[in-house]
Amino acid sequence: MRTIRFLLQKEFRQIFRNKTLLRAILFAPLMQLMLLPWAANYEVKNIALAVVDNDHSIESQRLISKIYSSGYFILKAFPADYSHAYNLIEEDKADIILEIPSHFERNLVRDGKQKLYIAANAINGTKALVGTNYLGGIIAEYNSTVRMVWLEPGKMNPQPTVEIVSSNWYNPLMNYKIFMVPGILVLLVTMVGSMMCAMNIVKEKEIGTIEQINVTPISKIHFILGKLIPFWILGMIVFTMGLILARVVYGIIPLGNILLVYTFLSVYLIAILGLGLLISTYSSTQQQAMSVSFFFIMIFNLLSGLFTPIESMPGWAQVIASLNPVTYFIEVMRMVVLKGSSFHNISHHLGVILIFALIFNAWAILNYRKTS
Amino acid sequence: MNESVITTNKLTKQFGDFIAANELSFEVNKGEIFGFLGANGAGKTTAMRMLCGLLVPSSGTATVAGYDVYKHREKIKQNIGYMSQKFSLYEDLTVSENIKFYAGIYGLSDSLIKEKSEQLIHQLDLRKEENQLVSSLPLGWRQKLAFSVAVIHDPKIVFLDEPTGGVDPVTRRQFWDLIYDAAHRGITVFVTTHYMDEAEYCNRISIMVDGVIEALDTPANLKKNYSSKSMDEVFRQLARNAKRSE
Repeated sequence: MRTIRFLLQKEFRQIFRNKTLLRAILFAPLMQLMLLPWAANYEVKNIALAVVDNDHSIESQRLISKIYSSGYFILKAFPADYSHAYNLIEEDKADIILEIPSHFERNLVRDGKQKLYIAANAINGTKALVGTNYLGGIIAEYNSTVRMVWLEPGKMNPQPTVEIVSSNWYNPLMNYKIFMVPGILVLLVTMVGSMMCAMNIVKEKEIGTIEQINVTPISKIHFILGKLIPFWILGMIVFTMGLILARVVYGIIPLGNILLVYTFLSVYLIAILGLGLLISTYSSTQQQAMSVSFFFIMIFNLLSGLFTPIESMPGWAQVIASLNPVTYFIEVMRMVVLKGSSFHNISHHLGVILIFALIFNAWAILNYRKTS
Repeated sequence: MNESVITTNKLTKQFGDFIAANELSFEVNKGEIFGFLGANGAGKTTAMRMLCGLLVPSSGTATVAGYDVYKHREKIKQNIGYMSQKFSLYEDLTVSENIKFYAGIYGLSDSLIKEKSEQLIHQLDLRKEENQLVSSLPLGWRQKLAFSVAVIHDPKIVFLDEPTGGVDPVTRRQFWDLIYDAAHRGITVFVTTHYMDEAEYCNRISIMVDGVIEALDTPANLKKNYSSKSMDEVFRQLARNAKRSE
């Protein structure tokens, strides 16, 4: 126990003396948490629309203003004909072309029907798809307005319609930030934990002090605990600061029991620090440790269900996601913080993360050698 | 006086096809200053690392402070001090923090740590620098401090791997005063060096060439046997035939 005391004292002194690193650990994640959720947003907005209006009638104007007032589109240009509009797409100035044929109003009134033409630049598939859907929706609405106004109610056959009324549980306003913040916080804590821990140990290898430690009677377990405990505490602090920020800036108040989140976090940090430790045992320079951690962080980010739902990933990617500790913590955060889930709901996740913690640390301890 | 603290018998370390240390057999006596000489790549550091428990030998036997290098490496570590050619103190800790850390992990009691660090700071004349970061000290001072820290727990043996590399002659002389002082306290000193004037300070020296101990005797006897005036000449005669070099 005395040995641990001296190791911790040394470690904290070094961490608090390295002001740059301390800022990177404590404040960089908070800055990111302040910025990223505003940008990491799936809503498609500001779609550049080029309208080829061959009719210039009151009805075509009404349709265009309806599209504009939806807020999703920017009316980029009114080219004279389709080929001009096509040039705008080629120059990447417009995303979607809407062509209104000549005699739009006349045909609509006389024949009761008229075709419109929509062309989308599908390089960004999501934008094209969502954009044409929005546009289609707006035109359909315009269509039903036209019907209501023009057709005499008596003549109109009552058409059965299915109207859908949906309510969004747990995130009633469909606020994307509320969905993202808990997940981003998990990622930030993960990065601080694994990278800092790995880099710290490898730094001792580089300077040569680890050799000095290896000729002392310090046991492997003591040495590793001396490294894990400080970063475990730092991880807790970063997470707590992040939760406070989520409350102040985004108004996210955890619905479930916060102790549940901390219980999970305490085990999660051991797992993640264990991974950092493991990386350090395989690396002899900070550069190596950095590259390897980065490899994992990228996979952790993209295959964790943070940005894209795991259920829609191909089978092999789902397997990787299920071997990704970040996946479990993001789920737990969303469940407890947004849904108010109880221990019963997350016990499976906790079990899995406990296994991760055991495997990573046991592997790291086995692989850490005082003797070569 | 002739109680041996290090005994090796055909101690060998092989890395693949390369035999870094080949059947080393020697004894080091208690309280002795034992010089371990050899050109770069001769296998000095490999031999030393095996004795410190940092490297597992391929074959042969060795005991250090009465403990077997295969079975009781952790026991050995409690009884030795070690200072490598790489810098072994924490540069981002102060002088006194380094002293206290190493004293602490060797299990010295709080009162003993206090006493020892007082004594050490006084001896090295570091009173003014006590609370400065080690990184701000000149190299020679750091090496003296590193040595004093390596023997702070009064080990039976201290291993020094090229401790005075890059240090000026005056500071080197002071460094050797510290070594003599430790030897007087009964600490056996096992030291590798490139400086032939330092070799003269040792009680006995061994000279390694290509992984093999070619000569082992007192400096006076070696000079006599190789009819040389200085250790430098002895070393040149032996190292001339070396095939390995870096």
